[in-house]
Amino acid sequence: MFSFKPATAMCIFVCLLWPVVGEAATPKKPDEVAELRAALEALKSEYSNRVNALEARVKQLEAEKSAVAPSVAQSATRADSSAGAASATVNDTAASPSTGADVAIPADIAAAAAAIAASEAGSPSGSAPYDSAPPPPAPQAGGGANAFNPAISMILAGNYTSLSEDPNTYRIAGFIPNDGEIGPGERSFNLGESELTVAANIDPYFFGNITASITGDNEIAVEEAYVRTLALHNGLTAKGGRFFSGVGYLNEVHAHAWDFIDQPLVYQAFVGGQLAQDGVQVKWLAPTETFIELGAETGNGQGFPGNRRNSNGLSGNALFVHFGGDVGDSTSWRTGVSWLAHKADERFYEDSDAAGLPVLNAFTGRARTWVLDGTLKWAPHGNVTRQQLKVQAEYMRRREQGDLAFDTLGSNLSDAYRSSQSGWYLQSIYQFIPRWRVGARYDRLRSGSPRIVLVESGALTAQDFPALLSASPSRFTTMLDWNPSEFSRLRAQVAWDDARDAERDHEIFLQYIYSIGAHGAHKF
Amino acid sequence: MMRFIRGILAVALIVTALPAHAALKVLATTADWGALASELGGDKVNVYTATSAFQDVHRVDAKPSLIARARSADLIVATGAELEIGWLPVLIQESGNAHVRPGSNGYFEAASQVQLLEKPASVDRSMGDIHPQGNPHIQLDPHNIAAVAKALTSRLATLDAPNAQYYRTRGNEFQSRWQQAMTQWETKAAPLKGVAVVVIHRDQLYLCHWLGLTEVAAIEPKPGVPPSAGYLAQLVAKLTAAPPKMILRNAYNDPKAASWLSDRVHSQVVTLPFSVGGTDGAKDLFGLFDDTLNRLLAALSK
Repeated sequence: MFSFKPATAMCIFVCLLWPVVGEAATPKKPDEVAELRAALEALKSEYSNRVNALEARVKQLEAEKSAVAPSVAQSATRADSSAGAASATVNDTAASPSTGADVAIPADIAAAAAAIAASEAGSPSGSAPYDSAPPPPAPQAGGGANAFNPAISMILAGNYTSLSEDPNTYRIAGFIPNDGEIGPGERSFNLGESELTVAANIDPYFFGNITASITGDNEIAVEEAYVRTLALHNGLTAKGGRFFSGVGYLNEVHAHAWDFIDQPLVYQAFVGGQLAQDGVQVKWLAPTETFIELGAETGNGQGFPGNRRNSNGLSGNALFVHFGGDVGDSTSWRTGVSWLAHKADERFYEDSDAAGLPVLNAFTGRARTWVLDGTLKWAPHGNVTRQQLKVQAEYMRRREQGDLAFDTLGSNLSDAYRSSQSGWYLQSIYQFIPRWRVGARYDRLRSGSPRIVLVESGALTAQDFPALLSASPSRFTTMLDWNPSEFSRLRAQVAWDDARDAERDHEIFLQYIYSIGAHGAHKF
Repeated sequence: MMRFIRGILAVALIVTALPAHAALKVLATTADWGALASELGGDKVNVYTATSAFQDVHRVDAKPSLIARARSADLIVATGAELEIGWLPVLIQESGNAHVRPGSNGYFEAASQVQLLEKPASVDRSMGDIHPQGNPHIQLDPHNIAAVAKALTSRLATLDAPNAQYYRTRGNEFQSRWQQAMTQWETKAAPLKGVAVVVIHRDQLYLCHWLGLTEVAAIEPKPGVPPSAGYLAQLVAKLTAAPPKMILRNAYNDPKAASWLSDRVHSQVVTLPFSVGGTDGAKDLFGLFDDTLNRLLAALSK
């Protein structure tokens, strides 16, 4: 709804007169210009007076109507009659003797004024906010070319980062580096990932969703792009395309819904932050009162710890089961076990040899990962607006078996390799008053001592694989966030990061996350 | 690995072999629709209520237990008008149950059976947590309950055709009891007409509309937006000049805001059940209105 102000009237007026002014811009004589200007000024003042008079009438009518009946029940007839009266008045004005100007102008103004009077009288959010309007007709779907537009939502995020150590030297000690999102990011102000989601039902059988992330480096990445079945019964759902794997708890959660600015170390070291599958997923929900969900996935297995192999075969096979339920009316829980099988073919990583010279090594073989997850939420009587406590923990264990090639661009020695590595995190978020939450998280990884036959055979020394030297990275993180509404969040996070297992990194983050567009619904 | 797969298959076998229940399984999003489904369905329905009167239905977690209930539901009874938009779509999506998707017979929306008040001419999130289709808190006008009951009766009859006559009989019986109760309530509530009240969130709109209570202010400056100190100061100044008779608080609201205002403008706080189960008296839909009126009338006579 718009309000009819003199400025608006002036704009309409100027627009209507534009062709006239255009002609006047190429005058033959200066006298004519002066005459035209004078005529224009006269017209301007005349019409602004008339608009003012009209506005006064509208206001007067409004005042009369609100004085007549304060009761809600009478507002329907009142609105109708006042709208009628207003348009009648306007019609009178329009029909009054014209002063020789173009008759189209008063007619337009009259129509606009009538529309305003009618909409003000009929609008539920009019000038009297505690007055109720006549009941609107039953909800109707919008028509036209836009009727089938998908739901669109956008996340705007960014942060300020202060780090005591150089982020370029960041590594998770004892673990083979991956190309995922590792470490605290860059220093100072950073534009975060802007996530654009477009989603809609495709037809009676399928639903489609794409989430693209636009990074601060001006790159666009497809986070998820999948279709999901709509018409299956008996607890079955199938999904295909690119999607976040259903393993674990946090893996499916998008960055804007994380409780900390970054992923737990165990996610960074074991799946490169978050495991996206290019493939298919089938889930089945048991018809029981306790939540029991079984899922299976397969695909090309390009996500770490796999890589893109030149093969028709399947990889990134996953199986998972989740259980969940309630304890009383205040507590709910979910727990699960997941299993992941990846194949890697020359999965390269950068390291240095004993002399400190850079080398490019590669792993070829298979990786098997187990994930245990558990989440508990508590809110008094389930009312999450006031207080809520959330505790979650996940444990991962991975065995890798295959061949490790040293210095693939140089000496290119290769022999058997086997590792067994594990890690976990425990975190808790407490909303102590509405809109404010505090959180703490502890991360711990155990690299173990991998069996490198190149070292055992004496061909190389352990110092030739510095990235794989046994280590126990850990990190402690705290955060405080303020949520002015469901759609905005401001967060401060402080971390003591011992991922390098050497110098401690003191990390401070300030982050904003805003969401615009369609109202998202979040998972448990 | 094989053991894992065998385990999964065993679980699948056990759960699919569980006996199927004959009763129609209804998942109601609020206690009111749960109570209504029980009134209308009697022993032919098995009702599970997703939320209680102590929860803010705008903000509910899509809990695993609710997904499990949606999985087996034959009918979801929701308020609609986007009241449950933050969680119900997840339940339906994750349930793998196409019978209860919006647009199918297994999905029923109460709000589309009545005329919603306060349908905004335009929507913008700067206006707070507004609902584009209108104010969705429809349950506190008994005329709305009657309209919803009528539609729900025919939906039950459609879904469970062999028992259609049972639902129609129960529906007619409910309607006549309800009409009678409404007449009594309206007679009893006559003195409440024109009484000035302050609300917290604008979710008593339909109650005020029905009883003719005059809502002079809301503690939330915009729906879902907590008041600032400046707004509260203005509110106190405005209400001190013309104190309202009562400040209405729902069972699920934090008592602090209402009692803070009450201390300053010296109006009494009246705690209302808002939903079935919100107070001891509000045991069912009849109790909900009985108790609401008793509490309002008791406050009026003070």
